[in-house]
Formats: sequence, structure tokens, C-alpha cells
Amino acid sequence: MTTDVQGLGAGDSKLRDPRVRAIFYQILVIVLFVAFVAYVGSNTAENLEKRGIASGLGFLQQPSGFGIGIVLLMDYSSQTSTHFDVLLIGIINTLAVSISGIFLATLIGFVFGVLRLSKNWVVNRIAYVYIEVVRNIPLLVQLLFWYFAVLGVLPRVKESAQIGENFYVNNRGINFPSIIPSDGFWLIPVALLVAFVLSVFVSKWARKRQDLTGQPFPVFWASVGLIIILPVIATFIMGLPYTIDYPSFSRFGLRGGWVLEPEFLALLIGLSVYTGAFIAEIVRSGINSVSHGQSEAAHSLGIRPGLTTRLVVLPQALRVIVPPLTSQYLNLVKNSSLATAIGYADVTAIFAGTSLNQTGQAIEVIGITMLFYLSISLIISMFMNWYNKRIALVER
Amino acid sequence: MAIVKTERHPDLPPPASEAGVIGWLRNNLVSSPLNAILTVISIYVIWVALSNLLSYAFINANFAGDTRADCTDSGACWVFIKVRFGQIMYGFYPAEERWRVDIGYVLGAIGLFGILSDWVKNKKWPTIYMFAIYPVICYFLFSGGYFGLPTVETSEWGGLFLTLVLASVSIFVALPLGVVLALGRRSEMPVVRMLCVGFIELIRGVPLITVLFMASVMLPLFMPEGVNFDKLVRALVGMSLFSAAYMAEVVRGGLQAIPKGQMEASNSLGLGFWQAMRLIILPQALKISIPSIVNTFIGLFKDTTLVLIIGLLDLLSIVKAGTTDKEWLGMATEGYVFVAATFWVFCFGMSRYSIWLENKLHTGHKR
Repeated sequence: MTTDVQGLGAGDSKLRDPRVRAIFYQILVIVLFVAFVAYVGSNTAENLEKRGIASGLGFLQQPSGFGIGIVLLMDYSSQTSTHFDVLLIGIINTLAVSISGIFLATLIGFVFGVLRLSKNWVVNRIAYVYIEVVRNIPLLVQLLFWYFAVLGVLPRVKESAQIGENFYVNNRGINFPSIIPSDGFWLIPVALLVAFVLSVFVSKWARKRQDLTGQPFPVFWASVGLIIILPVIATFIMGLPYTIDYPSFSRFGLRGGWVLEPEFLALLIGLSVYTGAFIAEIVRSGINSVSHGQSEAAHSLGIRPGLTTRLVVLPQALRVIVPPLTSQYLNLVKNSSLATAIGYADVTAIFAGTSLNQTGQAIEVIGITMLFYLSISLIISMFMNWYNKRIALVER
Repeated sequence: MAIVKTERHPDLPPPASEAGVIGWLRNNLVSSPLNAILTVISIYVIWVALSNLLSYAFINANFAGDTRADCTDSGACWVFIKVRFGQIMYGFYPAEERWRVDIGYVLGAIGLFGILSDWVKNKKWPTIYMFAIYPVICYFLFSGGYFGLPTVETSEWGGLFLTLVLASVSIFVALPLGVVLALGRRSEMPVVRMLCVGFIELIRGVPLITVLFMASVMLPLFMPEGVNFDKLVRALVGMSLFSAAYMAEVVRGGLQAIPKGQMEASNSLGLGFWQAMRLIILPQALKISIPSIVNTFIGLFKDTTLVLIIGLLDLLSIVKAGTTDKEWLGMATEGYVFVAATFWVFCFGMSRYSIWLENKLHTGHKR
């Protein structure tokens, strides 16, 4: 008997102490990890040396030497621009399609999520079919479908379909009139900004007044009015400070105006339709999660159906909706990297694709690309966490 | 003398406007003017969509013949799919060896039936077969080189076959790896936890394409001189690591749902950490996370199409390659509709299964 007790107590105590074991295991893990990294690192260094690739970020300053289809906000020429410019253009293009995609997908998602809850059986079924069809088909298939099977079969530039006076649709995109600012144009964005700031103040003032007196104020319409009227006034004060450039046919095809490229359109439509279906499901389950008693109680207090939705159901539903919505936004940004497959010049396509092939700096290029997506993920989650905290239930 | 009725008056039928077909129509389709308008618009939309779809895909479609010239009707030219069907299913796997793939399908179907069906009560043998024996059989069967089977290089694999290989191998590797990562993330040892969190969040924060690029471009750099993976293995490494990170989060969700008392009870019975995990915690945690695992698998299955970008010929990319064939230009719609329909059947089936399973497993843990 005594030997057993001793065996449990004194002899093995160091080996059986969980804290000692934990330290031992952790040291083991660290050693293994460091050994793995060192092994991979030495192999990589050897391989790079053999291939004559100098590591480092110096390649970012080398001229790129290739053309890019879509360039926004920047000047780019294949002779003088560097791989760093390529990276910037890629980032701008990724952000452009992601931000517009997030807006469009949210819109589609909320509309179909609400339709899915409609008591009207036919409407309900249409939303159901849309959600189930779109969610179960790979995004890449949908993108290729939009690009090659829908936008690719539009008429050629010469035979562009004309919509209204100045819109042309062809297989190189949609051409529409552009606004070219002239002297004094600056006042319009300034007026817009002022209108936004004013509407924030109006809503604060209205809330304070309602808290004090109970009198509601039509904040929404007042803000809309401000945002429309101020820029219009600014435009007339400056005497229409812009010219409109209409697309028109010349010997080389359509010239003038702005054009939305089919690559951008296909990616935007594909991403929004796909993510929209997921958001619709999230919205549906969010609204479903608000118990029936809430809206019944609101009705019995005499609150009208529209106001009930806005003041009682939606705020509670949003609490359920926001966390999964965040991950859908993140998915959308990450999925925008599928641009590679249809030739939209996003950061993955031109930087992790073309630049990598030209320079062979695989580690640096992939590292920078991953870092970019990681930071975007971080920023979006931080913003959504902030928003989530703002709308979260305040408990005593 | 009695003026009070003594027997019960039979119940009146509900008003015709509230019950039966008419009541249903009234309540669901035309309950308000706005609703009525919506109904009319919706029915019109359905009519236009359905009539166009039917006439495109069936009524005016071309099924007969074997060249492009045989497509004379206005609808879809399914001849394109018919002519290339073998390629779409098996890629460039030699025609006389395709029976091997079919046998693989049959053996897999038997194993899946054993695991999923209610009729098989003892799940031990199907599980051992599916996770230990079947992969080995498949490896020898598909790549050959032994038992008198001619070798088939992985570069000849393709089509739906390759898609299924990619998805099943990735899930096969990702599941155990995900369990380990999930346990690591919940570990009380800070070093282990940090490594696992770092890996999971890094992978979940970047798109699959960059992981695939990394696997296809950087993996050869990481290996010592002379070690060379083929393209398929590189893609498999990328996909497995990617899905392992997502699987880890799913399993972590399952682990979190198990009350602390389970572990404490196992400890007080004298079970060590791994014994408790293997016998008490993991069986429960995995059981409740099965629906989410199936959902992750659906996502993984859809994501296999991304290997198109690194140049593997899966179902999607072999059809895409087909649409650029000079003999068959302008077949993009047919090709992509076919691929979409194939994926849809698989994914929709799996998602229905996961919903069914969720209802079946809705016992005990949720009240």
C-alpha cells in the first residue's frame, strides 16, 4: 500500500505535474516549429540562389513593362511605371469592385430577404428559388457565365444597342455620358459635404427635441432635401461649371464619355448576385429571430406597421444580422480575387499574377498580396465590430 | 312546450372565402391591392422565365447529331455536351482505363452508404473502410503502376473525376487537421494556442487563390533540391490547408457547445486528456457539428473550381477549354449552364441532407 502512495506522490511527481508537462510540450513545439522554419528557409535560400533570384523588395522599383486593362485614378504606362504602381492600381481596382459590390449585394440581399418572408406565396417562392439556385453554384462558374455567356454575346461596338439618347451597350461594355468639371466645380462637392454635416446636426437636434417635447421631426426627408438642394444651388451659383461629354461614333468606334468594362460589370454582377443570396438568408433568419410578440405589442400600442418595422423589429433583427453579415462582406472582398479568371485587373490578377511571372519574386509578391487582404479583413471586422457594439443591446 | 333546442346544432362550414382553395388564394395571393399587384407581376416574371428556359433547354434544343452543323434549332446545342461527355466526366483519362474510375465510384458509394444510412447500425467497419482502406485502394486504382494496371499520370486526370478527387482528398486531410487545430486553439498552453490561432486567422483572412498560388509557386521553393511535387499534389496541399482552417472553426464551435462538466466528469473518472477527448468530448462535439461540416464541405466542393486558375483541368476548366475549341465557338452558354447544373445537383443534394441531418440530430443538446 505504502509503495503505491509513494509511487503516486513522490517518485513521478515532476513528470506527472501538468505544469511541468505543459512547459516541456511547449518547448518541444517551439523547437519543432523553429526547426521547420529553418529547414524551409534554408531550402528556399538555396533554391533562390540556384535560380538567380535576388530576394528583397527592390523589384518594386523596376519598370513593369506590361499593359493593364483598367486603370482608375492613376496614370500608368508600361514603359515608365513600376511594379509598385501595378500594386497600387491592383489595390484600387480591388477596392473599387469590392465597395460597389458590398453596396449592391446588401441591397439585393435585403430585398430578397424581405421578399422571402412575404406572406405572398408566389413572391416567397421566387425569392426561395433565387437563393437556392445561386447559393449552390460555384461563384467562378457564375462569373464565367456572366462574362462569356451574357456580356460576351452582346453586339459588337459597331452594332451597339442604343438605350435612350446616349447609352450604348456592346460587348466592350456600357458607354454613357461623362461629366467633365471646369472652373468652379469644387463648390458642388463642398456643398454636398456641408449637406451631409448639416443633416447629421439636424438628426441630433431632432432627437433631442423629441426627447424633450415628444414632437417628431421628419429627419429623413429633411436630409434628402438638404442633400439634393444644396448641390443644385451650388451648381447654379457657379453657372453650370461642367461640360458633358457624350459618347459618339468616330472612325475608331465609340469615343467619349465613360465606359463600364465588361470585366468590371461581370465581376460586380457576379459577386453581388452570389453574396446577395447569402445575405438574403441572413436577413431572413435575423428578422425571423425577432419574436412575434414584439410586433404584436407594438401594434397594440398603436404604432403603424411601417414604424413598427423600423423602430421595433429592425433594430432587434440587426443585432442578429450584423455578425454573419460581416463575414459575408469579408467573403466578398476575398472572392473579388476571382477577377483573375475573367481578366479584371485586380491585385491578385496583375500583381500576384503578371508581376510575379515577370519578376519571379514569388515570396515577396505573395506575401504582400496576403498582407493586403489580411489588412482589409482586419479593417472591415474592426468597423463592423464598432457598429455591432453601437447597436448591441445595452443591458443593466 | 320546449322552445330551447336540446340537441347541438351541427357546425356550420367555414365561409368559402376563408377555407379551401379560395381561402388560401385570398389569404396568400390577393390579401391587399399591393399584394395582388405583386402576385400578377410575379406570375408574369415566372411565366417569362420558365417559358424561355424550357424552350431554350428542351423544346427548341438540339440533342441529335455530333457536329456543330447539326444544331439547327434556336435553343441550346446539347450536342456539344454529348460529344464531349467522356472528357467532361474523366478528363484525358485513357478511354480504355475509365472503368477503374467507375469502380472507384462504386466502392466509394458503398462506403458512404455504410456510413450515412440508418440501416447499417454498426458504424465501426464502414468508418475504418472509408478512412483507412478506401483511400489506399483508390490511390492504386486511379494512378496504377501496380498489379498490372497501366500507369495514368495525374496530368491526364480531369473533368468531374478530378473535381471529386480534389474535394474528397481535401476533406479527408482537412477533417483530422481541423480537429487538431481546434484543440490547439482551445489549449491552455500559450505557445500552442498562438501558433494555431495564427495559422487559422492567417488562412481565413486571405482568399483561396492566394493560398493556391502560394502552394503552386512557393511549395517548390520550400522543398530541398530534387523533390518535386506534381501540380495536383500542390493544389491538394493548398486546398487541404485552406479547408483545415475553416474546419477548425467549425469543430471549435462544436467543442464550445459541450458543457465543461463533461470534461470534469471524465477527469474525475480518471480519464486522461486524450482519453477524455477520444471517448467523451469529441464524439459529442463532432456529432453536433456534422451539419456545419457538411456545409463547409459544400463550400469546399464549390471552391475546387478555383484550380482552373492554376491550370488543372477540373470539370469547369475542361468545359471552358472546350468552349474555345474552333469547331465549337459560341457554346459558352451551353457549357456553363451544364457545369452550373451539375454543381447545383451535388450542392443542393448535400445541403438538403445537412438540413435533414440537423433535424434528426436535434435531440438532447437543444431544448
